[in-house]
Amino acid sequence: MTLSAAEFGARQHAGGKALPEGRMVIDPESGGDLLEVSMGPHHPSTHGVFRMDVALDGERIVRLKPVFGYLHRNHEKLGEEHSYLASMPYTDRLDYICSLTNNWAYALAVEKLVGQEVPERAEYLRLIVGELTRMQNHILSVGFLIQDMGASGTPLMYGFREREKILDLFEALTGSRMMCNYMRFGGCRVDATPEWLDGVRKVVAGMPAFADEFERLLCTNEILMARTQGVGVLRPELAVSAGVTGPALRASGVNYDIRKVDRYGIYDRFDFKVPLGEHGDVYDRFMIRLLELRQSIRILEQALKDVPGGPVMDPKAKIRNFRPKPGEAYGRIEAPKGELGFYLISDGTGNPYRYRVRPPSFVNLTVLEDMCLGYSVADVVLILGSIDIVLGEVDR
Amino acid sequence: MAVDEQLKIEMGKQGVFVTTLQELYNWGRRSSIWPMNFGLACCAIEMIATTMARYDLARFGAEVFRPSPRQADMMIISGTVTKKMAPQVVRLYNQMAEPRYVIAMGACAISGGPFKQGYNVLKGIDRYIPVDVHIPGCPPRPEALLEAFMTLQKKIDAQPLTGEARPRHLDEQAPGEFPVPEQGAHDLEPPANKSVWTVPVVIR
Repeated sequence: MTLSAAEFGARQHAGGKALPEGRMVIDPESGGDLLEVSMGPHHPSTHGVFRMDVALDGERIVRLKPVFGYLHRNHEKLGEEHSYLASMPYTDRLDYICSLTNNWAYALAVEKLVGQEVPERAEYLRLIVGELTRMQNHILSVGFLIQDMGASGTPLMYGFREREKILDLFEALTGSRMMCNYMRFGGCRVDATPEWLDGVRKVVAGMPAFADEFERLLCTNEILMARTQGVGVLRPELAVSAGVTGPALRASGVNYDIRKVDRYGIYDRFDFKVPLGEHGDVYDRFMIRLLELRQSIRILEQALKDVPGGPVMDPKAKIRNFRPKPGEAYGRIEAPKGELGFYLISDGTGNPYRYRVRPPSFVNLTVLEDMCLGYSVADVVLILGSIDIVLGEVDR
Repeated sequence: MAVDEQLKIEMGKQGVFVTTLQELYNWGRRSSIWPMNFGLACCAIEMIATTMARYDLARFGAEVFRPSPRQADMMIISGTVTKKMAPQVVRLYNQMAEPRYVIAMGACAISGGPFKQGYNVLKGIDRYIPVDVHIPGCPPRPEALLEAFMTLQKKIDAQPLTGEARPRHLDEQAPGEFPVPEQGAHDLEPPANKSVWTVPVVIR
């Protein structure tokens, strides 16, 4: 970095002219040294359809404006038109890599709204599928990050090999690989067989070997360290004031994990640590995911020891004519990408009056410009990959 | 003109390989379809899973995902096409060189799917560009995408090089550019390309 923050700000004001979409023009007011580039919406690294209006001084980023809305699928509006239960399959498609944690957050919000209890066995099943989801999300996001760095193939293929094992478990339990639609208000849709639990034990038992292999392959790789260490630094004060959550926040050294803060479900019964970063750069965000993978294995090993019997659905749960009393509720969980919350207002009818999603990727994206200023174009791709966004959730 | 199958086998035993130019040409075309590296939504994850070791799209000669439309033969519309994204999709299709093919993957791409009632979702990409294979499912399994590939390969194999049914790149009259829709006051303008899409008739 050669320019100070004040100089960046001055340049930002100098070249703030709106340009037609997709044009690459040298801004005349900046003395001819600013280049405006539109990255996306079709760009192999943007993890979906996302556009960044970037102003460049040579290779350095001077201004970056994220442009959203290319995958706006009216999720919240549809949620207000549908009954409470009919929104459950739609939550699968928010963050489509981890559908089960989305189900969980929505179920928690509605259960809070109506004061519904969840049986013991259902809590265990929710925790097991939730942690499996976290594992496959972290594996995938690390794989995509390395793919963006240019190592096309090997790490992503290793990741997908493990992911397929977990997806097979999801398919055996819920009937679908990705869009699981598993949870209900007051429990889960179907019970797990003992064979399924044995299958989970087998996959979890094989996971530490994979984590070792992955770490041996990546963590001390010279190119990876050179490309990621000291790049895209997010200061903890900025992260907290912008509302960043999840691995991106913890990589900056802020100890905030909703599994520890809220202790929703049965997380208070298990012993696990919250890994924290030190520098807040891309390397820390990448390492946090690998360390959280280890902690998820630890939680699953404890949870799988004694899964209690009993029903998976509260027999007193109201299913037909489901009309919560007027009121509001906010349910949140630690989704793999950060704090995922659902805010519901009921007016006593069968549909929510207001249905609001607080997606972690969207809030984490707001600090993208601050993280990218001063770095080169090639680093933007890495920084975006390290936030781990999913556009279904960003645009809703 | 096709060669008699029995004669072909007989001659093959003698070490003589006989084929027609059309068969050879279509064999080459169908065995190296390069898709475009273009993901839209949920289905894109299943598309990536298809290219990975377990399902291995490379068996069909289609593992080379090209980031540029200029180098691609096929576009997989993998996910929801919103009204903001539709002009870009059509523009990308226009930039591809003939012969080009389109697979509409998933319920959203073929009809709007679960989001069909939404105000911002296009009710099927076949309103603007010609689609060769539709795959239902939300999202379709990787096997379904492989099936779509094989269907497309059969379609390419069956295309004669002359006559009415010849592929578009051999037809000088075939349209090369498709009109890119624009954002109107309430909807995309025009709402559909009449030359590729007609209002479906419901048979009761």
